[in-house]
Amino acid sequence: MKDELHLKREILEILSVDCTKTASEIAVMLNQSEETVSLLIRQMEKDKTILAYRAVVNRQKVESTKTQCIIEVTCSPQRGVGFDAIAQRIYKFPEVRSLFLISGGFDLLLIVEGETMKDICFFVAEKLATLDHVKGTSTHFLLKRYKEDGFILEDGEKEQRLAITP
Amino acid sequence: MKDFRAEVIKNIPPSGIRAFFELVIGMEDVISLGVGEPDFVTPWHICEAAIYSVEKGATSYTSNLGLLELREKIADYLCRKFDVSYEPKKEILITVGASEAIDLAFRAICNPGDEVIIFDPSYVAYVPIVTLAGGKPVVISMVEGDDIIFDVNKVRENITNNTKAIFINYPNNPTGKSFSRDELIQIAEVADEFDLLVVSDEIYGELTYDYNHVSFPSLPGMKERTILISGFSKAFAMTGWRIGYAAAPNYIIEAMMKIHQYSILCAPIASQIAAVEALNRGEKDMRLMRKEYHKRRNVIVDGFNKIGLPCPHPEGAFYAFPSIKRLPFTSEEFCHTLLKEENVAVVPGTAFGKSGEGFIRCAYAASMENIKAALTRIESFLKRRGLNVSG
Ligand SMILES: Cc1ncc(COP(=O)(O)O)c(C=O)c1O
Repeated sequence: MKDELHLKREILEILSVDCTKTASEIAVMLNQSEETVSLLIRQMEKDKTILAYRAVVNRQKVESTKTQCIIEVTCSPQRGVGFDAIAQRIYKFPEVRSLFLISGGFDLLLIVEGETMKDICFFVAEKLATLDHVKGTSTHFLLKRYKEDGFILEDGEKEQRLAITP
Repeated sequence: MKDFRAEVIKNIPPSGIRAFFELVIGMEDVISLGVGEPDFVTPWHICEAAIYSVEKGATSYTSNLGLLELREKIADYLCRKFDVSYEPKKEILITVGASEAIDLAFRAICNPGDEVIIFDPSYVAYVPIVTLAGGKPVVISMVEGDDIIFDVNKVRENITNNTKAIFINYPNNPTGKSFSRDELIQIAEVADEFDLLVVSDEIYGELTYDYNHVSFPSLPGMKERTILISGFSKAFAMTGWRIGYAAAPNYIIEAMMKIHQYSILCAPIASQIAAVEALNRGEKDMRLMRKEYHKRRNVIVDGFNKIGLPCPHPEGAFYAFPSIKRLPFTSEEFCHTLLKEENVAVVPGTAFGKSGEGFIRCAYAASMENIKAALTRIESFLKRRGLNVSG
């Protein structure tokens, strides 16, 4: 059903910007009935299209001590499963927040989070680098965040418009 | 000493928008639905193209008509989007905003006393610009009760031997109403029958939500009778860049050029380059903004209808024009009291002409949060006075 898919996309677009929007608010925006919107949202929750509702946080505001790094991994693919098996081994570690297979000079890109730098060093040296099929790693610690998930983190540009214009 | 001002200027009343603006400045925490421009900033790639051009030394005048590349892009765009073809070398003039194009149009066509039909309410500049050009605005009310209705008979009734032009704006500021193809054809028939020119301000043409915009010159036989006016301010969120344009038959563009070349010379080059970028790669941004306005339109119209301030259904632009006729206030009183008590700024309909009495213009070029907060505040304003509708 093309219409349903289209409507789902519209709903997801709204929720990805602001997951606090209720079904009834979304219904008004899209000129649909609240029942339809609720139903589709429930469906998407059930089939794991929607994975979670969470806040986008500017961690610099709360001086989070958590450390994050980006790790490039080169590894050898395995017959029959390609990179999937090694990826699975890696993403099961809770430290790994995101994992992507990418093209270019290396194979897997990880975003890893730890309480301290030491935690991350330990994870890389003891867990990641020692895995069979992992041929090399290159770890980049994150120093400052400028933009997160589409939001510019510097305290924003202020409204420039006049209060009343024709 | 004598008063040196010209009579015509003395007789132009002060702008209602300006008066209201004076009230709002200095107030803190005002939620303003009074802003007639996008709340988005210009897409970055457009700004960046202008910055780059300045770095590369694009700091000179351009041709009086504007950069040929921009005129070509506009011609291509008008053809692709609205199915109307203009010759970029002869039939398009780049101006400092649609505002300048409107001014040039009437200065180029009006002999003293020529009558121009204007629908009321209308954009604040229309009556003054026609007057300053020596024309005589003939104002036709579109208001019927709580609604805005087009009635071609009213146009016919107001045509005299002196009528020169019909000035239309759709989607409309302040009402958000547009014209359907049928209504446009009725206007075209009148123009044909009485040999009139049509000045069509379609600056909100891209911002239509319920049906595709029909550009007036695309109607059969109308290109020769139309001055099409548009610009980049609204669709591309480029108000501050001041780029607009007129498209019309060559002899009219030439006439407008005679004024433009002496009074303006040319539109700023960096802004013209930004406009080229907008047409080259800005349509995606425009579509995203339009989508956002569309959602807000649905929310604000639903909101006003629910609190018992019925809105003529706005098909485009970013304005809702709810009626407050059931309330014991004039438009001015309502806006002033609302501002004082609830810190919400909306513009009295009377700023756009007499028949705007009983309406308020609410721009939804504001964040969804602000739109909702404003609606809530307006509702509590009504409740406090027992003027809410229970539902
Ligand atoms: C109907 C209408 N025409 C023209 C203009 C002026 O546009 P520009 O910024 O291109 O001068 C506006 C701006 O509010 C408008 O609403």
